[in-house]
Amino acid sequence: MILAGFLQRAIMQGIPLLYGSTGEIITEKSGNLNLGIPGIMYVGGIGGVIGAFLYEQHAGAELNPFLAVMIPLLCSMAGSLLMGLIYSFLTVSLRANQNVTGLALTTFGVGFGNFFGGSLVRLAGSDVPSISLGRTSNYFRTSLPIADRLGWFGQIFLSHSFLAYAAIVIALLTSLILAKTRVGLHLRAVGENPATADAAGISVGKYKYFATCIGSVIAGLGGLYYVMDYANGVWSNDGFGDRGWLAIALVIFAVWRPNLSILGSILFGGLYIVHNYIPGLDVSGQELFKMLPYLVTILFLVAISMRRKREAQPPAHLGLPYFREER
Amino acid sequence: MAKHEHVREPLFHIAKRDTPAWWRAWGIRAIALVLALVVSGLVAFLLTGENPLKLYATMLEGAFGTSRRVWGLMQNLAMLLCVSVAVTPAFKMRFWNIGAEGQVLIGGLAAAACMILLGDSIPHGLLLLTVTVASIAAGALWALIPAVFRAKWQTNETLFTLMMNYIAIQLVSFFTYRFSVPKGSGQVGVINRATHAGWMPTLGKYDYLLNILIVLAVTVMMAVYLKHSKHGYELAVVGESESTARYIGIDVKKVIIRTMLISGAVCGIAGLLLVSGTDHTISRDTAAGRGFTAIMVSWLAKFDPVAMILTSFLIVFLEKGATEISTAFGLNDSFSEIITGIIIFFIIGCEFFIRYTVRFRRREGKSA
Repeated sequence: MILAGFLQRAIMQGIPLLYGSTGEIITEKSGNLNLGIPGIMYVGGIGGVIGAFLYEQHAGAELNPFLAVMIPLLCSMAGSLLMGLIYSFLTVSLRANQNVTGLALTTFGVGFGNFFGGSLVRLAGSDVPSISLGRTSNYFRTSLPIADRLGWFGQIFLSHSFLAYAAIVIALLTSLILAKTRVGLHLRAVGENPATADAAGISVGKYKYFATCIGSVIAGLGGLYYVMDYANGVWSNDGFGDRGWLAIALVIFAVWRPNLSILGSILFGGLYIVHNYIPGLDVSGQELFKMLPYLVTILFLVAISMRRKREAQPPAHLGLPYFREER
Repeated sequence: MAKHEHVREPLFHIAKRDTPAWWRAWGIRAIALVLALVVSGLVAFLLTGENPLKLYATMLEGAFGTSRRVWGLMQNLAMLLCVSVAVTPAFKMRFWNIGAEGQVLIGGLAAAACMILLGDSIPHGLLLLTVTVASIAAGALWALIPAVFRAKWQTNETLFTLMMNYIAIQLVSFFTYRFSVPKGSGQVGVINRATHAGWMPTLGKYDYLLNILIVLAVTVMMAVYLKHSKHGYELAVVGESESTARYIGIDVKKVIIRTMLISGAVCGIAGLLLVSGTDHTISRDTAAGRGFTAIMVSWLAKFDPVAMILTSFLIVFLEKGATEISTAFGLNDSFSEIITGIIIFFIIGCEFFIRYTVRFRRREGKSA
C-alpha cells in the first residue's frame, strides 16, 4: 500500500506544521504577527531534548515512563513560553516593532537550538558521543496496539502517537473557542479593531499577552513532536529546517481557521514529501518540487486578496501596534 | 473635586516624550548596549566558565586579530550593509519587504548563470556587463512581483515576500544540481576558475576593496535619494499615511512599485557582489541569512543609511567575535546567534525608553 504509507508520512510531516499554525493563528487573532514562530519551534524542540537528556543521564537504566514523557514536555513548554513572554514584553509592553522583534526571536531561537544541540553533550560533561534519545522517544511514540491489526485504516489513522492526536484536538478546540465563546469573540475583536475592543472594556494588552504566550507554547510542541516522534529522538542541527515558515504559510492557507489547518497540514505535509513518491525524478527535480507548498500559499494569498471575501481576510489590525494614546 | 480622593491612580503611567535630545537618545542606546554585553558576558561565562573579560578579548582577537580578519570583517560588513540599505526605502514606505534573502539569492543566481552559460562565448568586458545587468534585473523582478500585487490588490506583502524567499532558495537548489561539477554532487564549485570570466576585477592586491567601495557608493547614493530627492519625500509620505499621500496627489501605486524596484535592484547588486565579487560560486546559503539580519540592522539605524554602517558593524563584529569564542572553547558556532539575539532584544527594548517616559504614582499628600 504505497498510498497508505504516503498518507501516514504526510500526516507525520503535517503535525509539526499543524502545531505551528494553530499557535500562530491564536497569536495573529490578537493582532500580533509573530515571525518568531520558527525560532520558538526550535526552542520547543531543544527544550524537550535538554529535559530528556538530563533525565536519561540522571535516571540511568530504569526510566519511569510517566516522568520520561512529562519532563521533556514541561521543559519544552517552559522554553516556548519564555520565548512568547519575550515577544509579548517587547511588542506589547515596550511597544517595539513586531516584525523586527519576531525576526530577532527567530535568530535567537534557531541559534539557541543549534547551540545546545551541538554543545549539550560537552556542557553536561557526559561521555556519550551524540544526543540520541531513543528510549524517551519510544515512550513518546507509543501508539495504539490495535493499529497493526486494522490494515490500511490502522496505518493511516491509528498508528500515530499521542502528540499527533493532541495536535488535532487542540486545533479543533481552538476553532471552537475562537468561533463560539466570549473569550474567542473578545480575542477576535482585539485583532480586528483594538480601539473598539478597548472602548468596550476588553483589556487589549492582557489578551495580546495571553494569546501570544499560549500560541507560543502550542507552536513549541510542534518542535517537540518533530524531535521525539518524527526524528526518533535524534537531534540534528538545522534538521527542523524551514518548517516554521511553512507553518506561517499554512495560517494563510487555512484562512485563519485551525480546523481547516488540520486538512491543510496534511496537504502541506504531502506536498513536502511528494517528490519521494514520483518515479524517475532526479535530485534537481526534487528541489523544484519542494517549492510547491510556498507556491500554493502565494497563489492562495493572491486569490483571497483579489476576491476580497470578508471571512477570508487576515485580522484587520494584524502586525500593527496598538497604543491607546496614539489612536 | 471631592470625588477625586476615590480615584485610584495606577502605579505608573506612560507618557510620550517630545523628540528627545540626541545625546539622551544615544546615551540610552549606549546603556542598553552595555547591559546587553554584560548579559551576554554572563551567558558566556555560565557556558564556558571563563573570565568574561578574557571572552571579550577573544572576541576582539577574532574580529581584528590579523589583517586578513580585518578584511574579512570589512567584506562581511559591506555585504550586510548593502542588503540593509536595499531594504530601507521599502521600510520607510512601511512596506515590509522581508524577501531580501530571496532577492539577493536570485540576483546571485542570475550572475552565476550568466558566468556559467556565457563564460567562454563572449569577451570578458561584455560578460561582466551582462552579469551586472542580469543580477540587478533579477533582484528587481523578484521584488516587483509582490509590489504589483500589493499596489493593485492590497495583497499582504510581509507574507508574500516571505514566501518568495523559499521559491528563490529552491530555484537556486535546482540550478546548483543542474550546474554542479562533478555532475550530481550538488556543488557548483568555483566558476571559471582558470579564465576568471565574469569575476569582478580586484583593485591592486586587495580582494574585497572593490566590493567595499561599491557598497559605500550605494550607501551614499541611497542616503541622498532618501533625504534630498522628490522620490524619497514621496515614499516617506506614503509610509506615514497612504490617505494623505493620495490627497496631496501622489500616485501611491506608482510609488510602491518604483520603491520596490529600487529595493530589489540593490538586493540584486548584493547578489552580484557575493557571487561575482566574492565567492565565485552559488549555493542556497550564499545570502547566509543576511536578508533577515538586514531588517534588524536597518531598523536599529532608524532607516538612516549612514547610521547603518555602525549598526551593521555591530552585528558583524558580534558574529565574528562569537565565532572565535566558540572555536576557542569548543562550543557550537550558533553561539554568535544567541549573542546577536540578546543584544538586539536589548536595543529593541531600549527604544521604548527613548520615545516614552514612565511616571510613577506620586506619594499621597504630595498631589499637585
